[in-house]
This record gives sequence, structure tokens and C-alpha cells, in this order.
Amino acid sequence: MLYREAGDFKTSYQEDSQTFPIAFDRYRYWAVLAFAFLVVPFVINDYWANAILVPFLIYAIAAIGLNILTGYCGQVSLGTGGFMAVGAYACYKLMTSFPDVSIVIHIILSGGITAAVGAAFGLPSLRIKGFYLAVATLAAQFFLVWLFNKVSWFYNYSASGQINAPERTVFGVPVTGPNTEAWAQYLICLVFVTVCAIIARNLTRGSLGRTWMSIRDMDIAAEIIGVNPLKAKLTAFAVSSFFIGIAGALFFAVYLGAVEVGEAFGIQKSFLVLFMIIIGGLGSIFGSFAGAAFLVVLPVVLKLIGVDLLGWPTDLVAHFQLVIVGALIMFFLIKEPHGLAQLWRLAKEKLRLWPFPY
Amino acid sequence: MSADFLYGIEVIINGLMAGVLYALVALGFVLIFKASGIFNYAQGVMALFAALTLVGIMEGEVPFSHLINAVFGTEIHHFGWEVPALLAILLTLVVMIFFAWAVQHFVFRHLVGQEPIILFMATIGLAYFLEGVGDLMWGSDIKTLALGLPQGGSLWVEDITSGLGGDDFYGFFIDKLDMVATVVAIVLVTGLILFAQYTKQGRAMRAVADDHQAALSVGISLNFIWVLVWSLAGLVALVAGVMWGAKSGVQFSLSLIALKALPVLMLGGFTSIPGAIVGGLIIGVGEKLFEYMIGPMVGGATENWFAYVLALIFLVFRPQGLFGEKIIERV
Repeated sequence: MLYREAGDFKTSYQEDSQTFPIAFDRYRYWAVLAFAFLVVPFVINDYWANAILVPFLIYAIAAIGLNILTGYCGQVSLGTGGFMAVGAYACYKLMTSFPDVSIVIHIILSGGITAAVGAAFGLPSLRIKGFYLAVATLAAQFFLVWLFNKVSWFYNYSASGQINAPERTVFGVPVTGPNTEAWAQYLICLVFVTVCAIIARNLTRGSLGRTWMSIRDMDIAAEIIGVNPLKAKLTAFAVSSFFIGIAGALFFAVYLGAVEVGEAFGIQKSFLVLFMIIIGGLGSIFGSFAGAAFLVVLPVVLKLIGVDLLGWPTDLVAHFQLVIVGALIMFFLIKEPHGLAQLWRLAKEKLRLWPFPY
Repeated sequence: MSADFLYGIEVIINGLMAGVLYALVALGFVLIFKASGIFNYAQGVMALFAALTLVGIMEGEVPFSHLINAVFGTEIHHFGWEVPALLAILLTLVVMIFFAWAVQHFVFRHLVGQEPIILFMATIGLAYFLEGVGDLMWGSDIKTLALGLPQGGSLWVEDITSGLGGDDFYGFFIDKLDMVATVVAIVLVTGLILFAQYTKQGRAMRAVADDHQAALSVGISLNFIWVLVWSLAGLVALVAGVMWGAKSGVQFSLSLIALKALPVLMLGGFTSIPGAIVGGLIIGVGEKLFEYMIGPMVGGATENWFAYVLALIFLVFRPQGLFGEKIIERV
């Protein structure tokens, strides 16, 4: 009854082209935002922040980034971990070289640096497609991780080869370093996620997003109607890497605090983010959130059931997790290639027609 | 001849031996890709799984013993017998054939006609699934594979070649296991080529690789051929798993050789069996030589990325690889 376009009259072009055309969706959107900003920071504790909420928010940014490249522009990338490492190390160098500048600016700048690196590694995409490109991005993954391991300038010649985030504040509240409180960690990630999601949503439904999608659907036809594939692919790589770089910077500075590159940004991370967008839904911003939430919550739930409830050893539960994730990937590709986002879309469609489905 | 030059040659020979192992994994990829257009990322995990199963059967371990113990609170680990190597290999083959059937029946039968990239992602899922199942069945600790294959450097080769250089050259150091691997690889490839050329099923396999619909219309069962091809890939995976497992122990890193096989395929072309072998040899020699000559200047461990960067450069100039068909559309 509530979920209808009927009676919701649009009187200006701006209203006609807004993100959520149905009034109920708009209220829900504001309600979720209000809950996330005004309620959660007051009830959050360390466990929830570290185990679920902060990684969820950071992976959501990375998934949005990869979704722009893979879901919207159709270029498969296995280099996500490497690009996240670029963001993390750029952030570290900026933080230690210019300690007086605000951390927020550093994080945005490290996104920009990652965008440049991503565009450079995107150059082969002009000649190759499909899994050939996947292997090319694999080169980026291994080369970047090796680079950050070997060139000691990147980790300021520290003996352990690790990078540690020094303490930085926003409005006098520490957001990085050991003295950070859970709500501050959560809130800074939330701000970045919200801004990134709004930017990504509006980019993908604007002209730039349309050129990406035309390249994805049929590149030759797109070129004939006047889309410049060079520009479309390189912007997709750059924008995608920008988000992934921000995710990497937050992952290092806010979430982990200390990072060893091979461990935190290895090939497994690339696959994890790829799985998020497959399960969540290729070509959907909501899908990026759904996939990130799913794969962050799944291990926690499995651990709760397996270790705490049934008393199984931890490694056994970890193996089960591999089996379940692998099986889910195959299941989704067979049954619902558009992922959780498609289920959500179908549910909304049903809701619009309810209670008279015909 | 100076000793440096001779050591360079030794590096090349060892690179060729390592390349044979890369080629073995790449071969499994090519077989499946030719027949069904599936780019099987799970090939490396299949090698791991085959090696794990072989060790498990030989030592008489109870499959899923950890799971059973955790659920029922029992303490069983071994059946208490040991299976001879040959019988264990045959049993492992049976497991791999069953796996081939299951993969075809439950997954890829439902994905026929999908885009290649969807199939590729499905095989990544398969890789995770298989890795988890392997760990659940046999446990995840590092195992040693005791097949009685010769190990260590060959003194015979060292003695013969030590006369070539001056006083500071002690002959070529070549691992016996690598030599065995080379011989096995040659036998395997010859066998595969003979099978594909002279048997009825082999011809049917090539027909399917050529054109699915034409093969279907002359009465070849696609389902059977696909199961056959996955079984053959399982056989190749078993051989690769045994060789790598004997070299460095049966452990998770075994599945990462699948990633090394990707640049091999880029070089050799996805559809060519000779290409897989030559590509493997080039990558093997290239990365050893690069590590030997350039590695010390940039801090070593270049083996991790050299193959990929080489493949990347190759892709830009000759995207179909050395022997591949021109299948890439340019935009």
C-alpha cells in the first residue's frame, strides 16, 4: 500500500530524475542514514566495530570501486589487493611526510594517487579483453606487492618492513593510532562510505556511467555510436582505483593500524572483493553493500555457530567457510547471475504490485 | 669457458626443468579450454587435491576424520593399513574421474552458453570449494609424498660436466627429481597426443573442440566428452601434483602454481598443446635467468612477478600468443 508511485506527482525535471522515484524509498534512505549516523555511534562497542561494522564499510567502498570497473564497464580485474596496497602506502607516506595536513585530505589524495596507478595498469585493456585482461591485472597485483616489500623507501626504512599509522585527529578526536575509540573509527569510515556511494551512484547513472555500460554491453556498437573506448575504459580504471585506493587507505590507517603488505593486500583480498560483487550483484551499488555485508558477516556467523555453539576446532570452521563461499559463488552464477541485488529488485517489484499481483 | 658462463648455462638448464612443471599445469588448462571453452582456474587446486588424496589413500587415513571426530567426539584417524603406491594412484584416478563427473553434472551443465568470463568466475568458486573439501577430507597440515622418487642432485651429471670449466667450476647441479619429471612429462604428452590422434574418443574430443554443434549433429555426446576432458585434466593434475608435491611437500602453496600457469598460457596461446610446453619452458628459463642476472640489482625475489610482466608485454604486442589462433577482437 505504501510502496507506490501513484499519487506522488513530480512537478520539476529535478524531481523526475531523482535517485529514488518512490517516496517510501526516500524515507527509508533517510531513515537508514539517520540510524547509521545518529544511533549506531552511541551504542557501538569495540567488538562490533572491529569484527563487523568497520570492515563492512571499508569493503563496501572497495566493492563499489571494483563494481564500477567490472560490473559497469565489464573489465575484470584481479588487482584489487594491489591497488588497495597503493592507497595504503600512499596514505602512509603522506601521513609521515606532511604531519600537519588533515588525515581526510591524505586519504583523498591517496585515492588520487591510486587512480593514476590504476589508469597506468589499465592501458593494456585497450588491446585485450576478458581473462586476458584479468591476467594483466594479476601482473599489477604481484608487481605492486613485491615493490612495497622490496623498496624500503615506501615503509620509511623500518626494520620490520611494516607500516604503522601514527596518531592523527579530526576535530581533535583521534581517528588513527592505538588511542582511537570505536565510534570515531566507525564514523570516519561511514562518512567516506556515504560520500563515495553518492558519487558512485550519480556517476553511474550519468553520461559517464552510460558510456561505461555501453562498452560493457557491446564495445564495437558503442564505438560506432560515438563512445570513445579509450576514454571510457581509462576513466573506469581511474574512478574504480580511486575508490579502491580510499578503501586501502582506510583499511590501513583506520582499521588495522599496522600493515604487512603481503599479508593484508595479497591475492586473497582481490578474490574476496571480486566475490563480494559477484554475490552482491554486478552493476549495482546496493549489490556492493549487500555483498560486502554478506562476506563480512558470514565468517563471524560461522565462527559463532561452529566454534562457540558446536565446539568445533577453528581450522575446521575455516575449511567449511571455503566450501560454503565456493559453493555459493557457483550457486549464484547458475541461479541468479545478478546476485543479491536482483533478489532485492524482485522483492521491490512484488511489493509495488501487492496485494493484487495481476 | 669461464665459470660464470657455465653457471649461466646451469641456470638455463634448471629453468628448463622448472618450465616442464609449469607446462604440466598449463597442459591441463589447454585440454579443458579447447574442448569446452572453460578457462579452468581450479586446475592448480585440482593438482593439490589429487596429491592430498594420493597421500591420504597411501597412508590409510580416514577421509573427513577431523569432521567426524568433531561431530561425534570420536578419535579415529587411520584405517591402520597402508596402500601400495600403484594401487593408490589408481584409486586417486577414480576419485578424480568422479570429481570430473560431479563438476560436469552439478555445475557446468547448467552454465552452457554463458559468457567465458562467467565460466571463469565459476571455476574460481570451484577452486575455493575444492580447496575446502580437500582440507576437510585430509586436514590442512603439510604432508610429505613418499613415492620413492629419487631426490637430490645428480652426482653423475656433476662428475661428467665438472671437466668443462676451470678450477672454480664443479659441474652442473641438476635435481634428479627434475629429470624424472621431464621424462614423465614427455611420456604424458606423447600419450595424450597419441590418444587424441588415433583413438575414437580422442577424435571425438577434437571434433568437439572444433565445433560443438557439428560434433553434436554427427552423434557425439557432448556430456560424455566434457566428463572425459575433465578426467584427463584430473590425470594431468595428478601428475603435476605428484611432481610438485615430491619437490616441495603437499601444501596449500601448490594451488598457487595455477597462477603461474596463466602467463605460460598467454605466451603459448590458449588452444595449443605445443604452445603450453614451449610457453612453460620460456617462462621457466626466463624467470630463472632474470633472477640470476638482474635479480641481485633490484633486491631479488623477482620470480614472483617476472612471468606476469613478461606475459603483459607479450599481450600488448602479440595477444594471441606464440601458437594460438587469432581469437581476440580488437576494439
